[in-house]
Amino acid sequence: MQIPKPLPILDDPTSAEYWAGLKRHELLIQRCKKCNHHQFYPRVVCAKCLSTNLEFVQASGKGRVHTYTVIHQAQHPAFAADVPYVYAIIELAEGPKVNSNVVECNPDDVVCDMLVEAVFDDVTPEVTLVKFKPAK
Amino acid sequence: MNSLRGKAAIVGVGELKPIKKAPDDKTGYGLAAESAAMAIADAGLAREDIDAILIEPPLVEPHMGPPSYMAEYLGIPIRYGATGATMGASAASMVWRAAAAISAGLCHTVLCITGELIDPMKMAMLMSKYEPGRGLFGPEEQYSAPYGPAGAPTSYAHIATRHAFEYGTTDEQRARIAVDQRTNACANPKAMFYGRPITIEDVINSRVISSPLRLLEIVMPVSGAASVVVTSAERAKAMRHPPCYILGAGEYISYCDLTESPHTTTSPVKESARVAFEMSGYNARDMQMVQAYDCFTITVMITLEDAGFCPKGESGPFCWETDMTYKGKLPVNTHGGQLSFGQAGLAGGMSHITEGALQIMGRGEERQIKDLDIGFINGNGGYMSEQTSLIFGTEATL
Repeated sequence: MQIPKPLPILDDPTSAEYWAGLKRHELLIQRCKKCNHHQFYPRVVCAKCLSTNLEFVQASGKGRVHTYTVIHQAQHPAFAADVPYVYAIIELAEGPKVNSNVVECNPDDVVCDMLVEAVFDDVTPEVTLVKFKPAK
Repeated sequence: MNSLRGKAAIVGVGELKPIKKAPDDKTGYGLAAESAAMAIADAGLAREDIDAILIEPPLVEPHMGPPSYMAEYLGIPIRYGATGATMGASAASMVWRAAAAISAGLCHTVLCITGELIDPMKMAMLMSKYEPGRGLFGPEEQYSAPYGPAGAPTSYAHIATRHAFEYGTTDEQRARIAVDQRTNACANPKAMFYGRPITIEDVINSRVISSPLRLLEIVMPVSGAASVVVTSAERAKAMRHPPCYILGAGEYISYCDLTESPHTTTSPVKESARVAFEMSGYNARDMQMVQAYDCFTITVMITLEDAGFCPKGESGPFCWETDMTYKGKLPVNTHGGQLSFGQAGLAGGMSHITEGALQIMGRGEERQIKDLDIGFINGNGGYMSEQTSLIFGTEATL
């Protein structure tokens, strides 16, 4: 039996709107209506001012590779066939950082501070992931 | 000012030799108890002399009440019980929490316990059944797990990549940590890699696991356990070993996942070490040894920089030029570090405490640092997220 890759928790009330956004190919992050702080991952409070008055806004999808690694030995068996692949921390133009893959390029061509843009990968009929490719 | 300086000391050490293959007939708690009994005996104490237990529970053996379980298991009633809960830094955390509880008069003699039984097959099976939200780090894993992170090496590789980008640190410079620590392990018969020296070339030629980190820059999971006895300075004087006094302590935690770190290449050690040094009245230049948590080579380098042993960003050239063996200018991880001693899960962090204490007591045997009076000990948890710094010293440093 083939072991599937881990998928998000779709019935989690904190993350449901985020995953629904990706399904529409929109990258949503939280904005605090009180102090205008943008944050990721979705939380119940603003990590800057502790306000609970938060909304989801659409991010530009633009960012840069803050740092990355090329994984040559996967931990989860479902990723074993994908090596080598890039697992990175992307700093979004709006400020928050997210974990993702850098795709559509040779892993050896990835460098820190490289400009990237979001691409949407429909991995199952229900789930879409946001990945990043070198910016044009 | 209230301070823990010189209020308590480590007076007993118990540590199992790391075990490569997990024994079928034991548990992590069982190994932990074995090391606890060794520590009590090493201090020359009886069970009745212990009145508090701090424990970092084994990762894969969930229990709702680890301190009461251990109290029951060892037959030791206690006035104070708690868990470490700062991951790899827990051992260091427990030492200052013991000193604080003693200083506050809650108890007088504390057992600090760690132990782990790791079966690689069981861990692999757990991983293959892994679902976000059912792992060790809460529902937020759903934002990373679908992209295939490969455990701790991934996050430390992120630090190493960014450090190389910002400061030009090279693979060879990182390799120096692994090589010098292996030299130390070759003077420690208990170490997993005793008798197996390595060269810079060996490290560079080992396979890349998560770039830029290679196999010989990454700890080997083993089973094991280690415990120490901490008591008041007053009681410590009458005990059989020269006391290892706790001169300073500092802890700092501001995030859990590396992605949430504001700096990536600057860690909370900057603050934990500053507080520990300030409490002790000494600074990095006074330190004659460093026992610093080393899950990976880069971990030690960031720690040395942020604790002030070299300027920020210069740990590469610093490590390349400094002899970090037990005979060297700045001995680092004289037991071999977890890289060469073996990492018994969350008990791995205790190996830096036991080694620091044995060295201060003058019980380092073949690897004993000459004319040693004072040293810097650092516990690191998660993704450099939890940091606990301690200063250990002999009676002469009080």
